Amino acid sequence: MMSRRIVEKAVYWLMRGTTYCLVLVIAYIVIDIVYHGFPAISWTFLTGMPRRSGAEGGIFPAIVGTLCLVLGTIAVALPLGIASAIYLSEYARAGRFTRMVRSAIVTLAGVPSIVFGLFGLGLFVLFLNFGASILSGSLTLACMILPTIIVASEEALQTVPKSLREGSLALGATKWETIYKNVLPYAIPGILTGSILGIGRAAGETAPILLTVAAFYLPRLPHSIFDQVMALPYHLYVLATQHPEVDKVRPMQYGTALVLLVIVLGVNLIAIILRNRFRKRCRW
Amino acid sequence: MPVVTPEPDLKQLEPKVRVENLNFWYGATQALHGITMDIPARQVTALIGPSGCGKSTFLRTLNRMNDLIDETRLEGKVLIHEEDIYADRVDVVALRKRVGMVFQKSNPFPKTIFDNVAYGPRIHGVRNQEKLAEIVERSLIRAALWDEVKDRLHISALELSGGQQQRLCIARALAVDPEILLMDEPASALDPRSTARIEDLIGELRRLYTIIIVTHNMQQASRVSNVTAFFYEGRLVEYGPTKRIFTQPRKKQTEDYITGRFG
Repeated sequence: MMSRRIVEKAVYWLMRGTTYCLVLVIAYIVIDIVYHGFPAISWTFLTGMPRRSGAEGGIFPAIVGTLCLVLGTIAVALPLGIASAIYLSEYARAGRFTRMVRSAIVTLAGVPSIVFGLFGLGLFVLFLNFGASILSGSLTLACMILPTIIVASEEALQTVPKSLREGSLALGATKWETIYKNVLPYAIPGILTGSILGIGRAAGETAPILLTVAAFYLPRLPHSIFDQVMALPYHLYVLATQHPEVDKVRPMQYGTALVLLVIVLGVNLIAIILRNRFRKRCRW
Repeated sequence: MPVVTPEPDLKQLEPKVRVENLNFWYGATQALHGITMDIPARQVTALIGPSGCGKSTFLRTLNRMNDLIDETRLEGKVLIHEEDIYADRVDVVALRKRVGMVFQKSNPFPKTIFDNVAYGPRIHGVRNQEKLAEIVERSLIRAALWDEVKDRLHISALELSGGQQQRLCIARALAVDPEILLMDEPASALDPRSTARIEDLIGELRRLYTIIIVTHNMQQASRVSNVTAFFYEGRLVEYGPTKRIFTQPRKKQTEDYITGRFG
């Protein structure tokens, strides 16, 4: 009996310890970036153009570039992802084909991001001739995060009780009316929560944009979705590894990392606020 | 296949639903075997029988809710006003507007009381606010819920008690003005007082609607219905006036079931 109690205690402390370790590591990363990055932040840094290949000046074009890519990715991935999830969850009949589609989606989620980058280069940049552009980059990032959005959305749709669908259909609502009025509104919070993960990931990815949109050094703002842009993750990579004076630009690296962190957290925050608002509206 | 002797007094009632040799399968399993019965208009017909006897399946064939389940198959005819509801050109949506349904587990939508009742009318094109308010009030009155909720129509339906929620679901079904009301054990999850209210309500609604109710509760069947059908193993074993079924059942299985020897 004694040993069972010891095991119980040991397991508890093991799990608790693991959790604390993880929190510590994350806290260390965040504190380190804020501590070193904050002094680099200034108005010029945030709104100025880079000079001397990024050794001086600001990172404004990279901020704008990343924001454009995030918005472009959301615009492409969210509607496509939700539509596929609705099809899979509400319309598709269980069968071999549906099972194959599902496993394809799950497999897609595990494909390395550099492969998506190459795919985007082949399809969007070269074959469809969009060039290295915001459009190509957004489409590539969208492909990469679609599986996350589809899986999360489908799960959110599945948590809406079947009885709500039946109740609506029994009143003579069509399938689409039922989905639109009596399923989607309750699934939206879950869909958003799941999509946050994907979108945050898209904002921070380097490999997919490396080959499809990101400019090494481009001290001007984009005029259309067919323009190339700088992007924060790639800029950070350039400053940290490709720059002739890597050690001297250390503050610029930390500053860039901090801005990227704030943008990713900002995306998450917006999604959380939206989710809470939806939740209040549908009166569970 | 058991031969069902038609009751003379049932023949005199105007039939609302005619079911002819209905067979139903879930995949390879046959759930209903050659059901033939005329369900009278503006009466309460109770479907009784042990669990798994096919009574709920049968109920759900009447508004084609079984269509929603993959890999089911149906043979035979279900006629409402002499129109086969399984014919190709039948509009299922229009059918379900005419044949309302109340489920075993009350399923109010997570919306306000008002929006729950107005859901059906809105879908069927009622936009005018006054008209909607009128429909909501009338439906709630008919479902005997109006007095309890008239001052708080805009709170969430989920704040109501279990019994109130089930009456709300009845009001919601009535709001689209159905001719037939299907009830699948509507009181099985409720306490005795709420059950009594639902039963009183069914008695009231009989004057306006054709009601078909599945119930596990023998007392309930005898209290609320005037016609009773006993199902066993997917077959309609006996069908007749409730009083006769409960006092002089003609089939041994019926007698065994209603006297509680099995089921």
